[in-house]
Amino acid sequence: MTDGFQELRLDGVSRSFGGSDALADLDLTIRRGEFIALLGPSGCGKSTALNCLAGLLPLTRGSIWRDDTRLDTLPAERRGFGMVFQNYALFPHMTVRGNVAFGLRMRRLPRAEINRRTDEAIRLVRLDEHAAKLPGQLSGGQQQRVAIARAVVLEPSLVLMDEPLSNLDAMLRLEMRTEIRRLHQSLGLTTVYVTHDQEEALSMSDRLVVLRGGRVQQIGTPEQVHTQPANRHVAGFMGYRNILPMRLKEGSVVEGGGLTLRGTKVGEIAAGDAVEAAIRPEDIHLAAHPGEGIEVTTEVVEYQGREVAAEVRTPGGVLLHLRTDRALKPGDKAELVFDPDRLLIFPEGD
Amino acid sequence: MVALSHRLADRGIDRHLFLLVPATLFVAALFIYPFCYGLGLSLQPAQGGTFGAYREFFTDAYQRDTIMTTLKIALPAALLNVVASVPIAYKMRGRFRGKRLLTTVLVVPITLGTVLTAEGLLNFLGPTGWFNRTLLAAGIVDTPLTLTHNYTGVFLSLVITGFPFAFLLVLSYLSGIDPSLERAGATLGAGWAQRFFRITLPLLAPGLATTFCLTFVLAFSVFPSAILVGDPSGSTRVISIAAYEAAYVRYDYAAGSAAALIMGVVELIVIAVVLGLRSLLYTGTTSGGKG
Repeated sequence: MTDGFQELRLDGVSRSFGGSDALADLDLTIRRGEFIALLGPSGCGKSTALNCLAGLLPLTRGSIWRDDTRLDTLPAERRGFGMVFQNYALFPHMTVRGNVAFGLRMRRLPRAEINRRTDEAIRLVRLDEHAAKLPGQLSGGQQQRVAIARAVVLEPSLVLMDEPLSNLDAMLRLEMRTEIRRLHQSLGLTTVYVTHDQEEALSMSDRLVVLRGGRVQQIGTPEQVHTQPANRHVAGFMGYRNILPMRLKEGSVVEGGGLTLRGTKVGEIAAGDAVEAAIRPEDIHLAAHPGEGIEVTTEVVEYQGREVAAEVRTPGGVLLHLRTDRALKPGDKAELVFDPDRLLIFPEGD
Repeated sequence: MVALSHRLADRGIDRHLFLLVPATLFVAALFIYPFCYGLGLSLQPAQGGTFGAYREFFTDAYQRDTIMTTLKIALPAALLNVVASVPIAYKMRGRFRGKRLLTTVLVVPITLGTVLTAEGLLNFLGPTGWFNRTLLAAGIVDTPLTLTHNYTGVFLSLVITGFPFAFLLVLSYLSGIDPSLERAGATLGAGWAQRFFRITLPLLAPGLATTFCLTFVLAFSVFPSAILVGDPSGSTRVISIAAYEAAYVRYDYAAGSAAALIMGVVELIVIAVVLGLRSLLYTGTTSGGKG
C-alpha cells in the first residue's frame, strides 16, 4: 500500500436531491483490510454513499476522514481511491494496456515502472493475451477484469465497487465473486462493495451495512445480519419470506390468522401489541408424525433440484412459503411445525 | 424446391424494399436528374469544344481566383464554428436551470436566415452602426472600423449562421459520450484538462470532423451574405457569384454549370481530406462497457 490508513471514518454523511434525503446520517468506520458490503434494494442510497465516498458527488452534510485527514473537501482525483463502475466505464479508445496504465500515467511515473506495474496487473487478472485489444473486443467478464485491474494497479488505499457483477450471467458472477475476494485478500485491499444481492454480500464481505430509504438499518458481520436481523425490513431482505401480521398474546407466543406460534422476540414488545412474525422457508418443517403440526394445503410447487419450494395455505387462509425434500404436489395435505428459535417477532411498523 | 420468395429473402430481398421506391424517385427527380442536366450543359459550350467552359474558367484568373477566395472564407469560418462550439457544448452537457433558454438563444440565428442576419450586421457593424458609435464615443478608435462590405462582414455572417449548426451537432455528439468515463478518469487521478484531452476529445474528434464537413459545405456555398455584407466584385467574389454571373448576367449556361460543378468538386476534395484524416482516428463506440 502506498498510502495506507488505519481507519476511514464516515461521520453523519448525508446527501439530498431536491430536498429529499437519498442518504441520511451514515456513520461508519472502515478498518484497513476490511471488505464492507453496502446492501439494499434499488433506491436505498447505497450507490449515493459510494459516490460520496469516491468524491463524485458532494455531501450535503457530514464529513469523511482518513485517519486525521479530512477527505470530503478533496476532488475525486486527489482522494487516491480506486473505483470499479457498474458499466465498467472502460475507455473505449484505449487498449486494455492503455486502460490499465492510464492511472499510472496520470501520476507521471517513470516509463519502466508504468510498464512493469501494468504488466503485473494484467497478469493478475489473467488477461495477458488480450492486452493489445480494445475493450469492445472483450466479453463482459473480461471487461470487468480490466476494470478491476485498472482500479487496483494504483494500489489504492480503498477500492470502491458499484455492483460490478450485475451485468454478468449467473455462472460468471459466481466465478468473479471468488476472483474479487481472492484479489482483496492477496493484495491486502480495503474494499467497499455495493450490491443488491444479499447472497453476494453475505458470501464476500467481512461486514455488511444494510440500507433502506437512505438510512442504515443494521451494521454487522454476515452471520449477525443473517441470523439476527435488526428489524423486519432487514429480515425481509435476508430471506425471511414469511412475514405474518400477528398479535403478541403473552410471553413469546403470537397469534393471528388462526395460528398460534411460539417465537423469539426482537426488541421491546408488550402483550397485545401488533407484531410481525418472520420465518425463513427453510425453517418451516413438515411434521414427522400426524397430528403434531398445523394442517395446510399445498397450492404451488417449484422444483429446485435437491428440494422443492412450496406455497401452502392454512385453513385460516394464511399463505406460507416452505422448502422440503418431500415430493409435494398441488392439492396435497401436509402438517407443519415451526422452529421457535427461528421465528422472529418484530414490532409492527418502522 | 425452395420458393422464389425464400431464395430472394435469403439475399435480403423482399417486398418491403418497395417502400424505398418513393424516396428513390424523389432523389432521382430532385438531385440526380438536375445534376446530369447541369453536367450535360457544362459540356456543351457555344465555343471551345467539350471542355471549353472548364478551360475558360481555369485560364481566366478572375474566375479561377474565386476558388481560393471562397476557401479563404469558408475554411476559417467552419473551423471557428467547430472550435467555438466545443467548450460551450462541453459546459452544457449536463442538466441545469435555464439550459433550454440558453440553447434557444444559441440556436435562434438558424431561424433568421442569411438575409436578416446580413441586414442586422449592416445596421450594427456599419460605419454609423451602434458598434462603431460606441467605440467612437468611448474614444477607443478615431475613425469608424470598416467591418462590412468586406471579408470581415462575410466571415461574421458565416459564423453567426453556421455556429448554431455546429453547436447542435457537437452537443449531440458530446451527449453520446458516456459520462461515467470522465468519472472513471477522475478516480484514476486525472484532472479536468487531462480528462478532457485524453478521454473526451479523442472520442469526440470523429464527430468534430463530420461537423466541420457540414459547416464547411454551408459556408462554401455562401451567396447572399457575400453580396449583402461583402465586397462582391473584389475580396468576397466567391465561386457562387462567378456561377451566378455566368448564368444570369452573361447568359452563358455552360460556364455557369461548369463553375457550379467545379464548386462541387472542390467541396468533395475538402470533405475527402477531412474524412481521410478522420478514418485515422478511433471511431468505435463511445460507451464504457455493458449495461
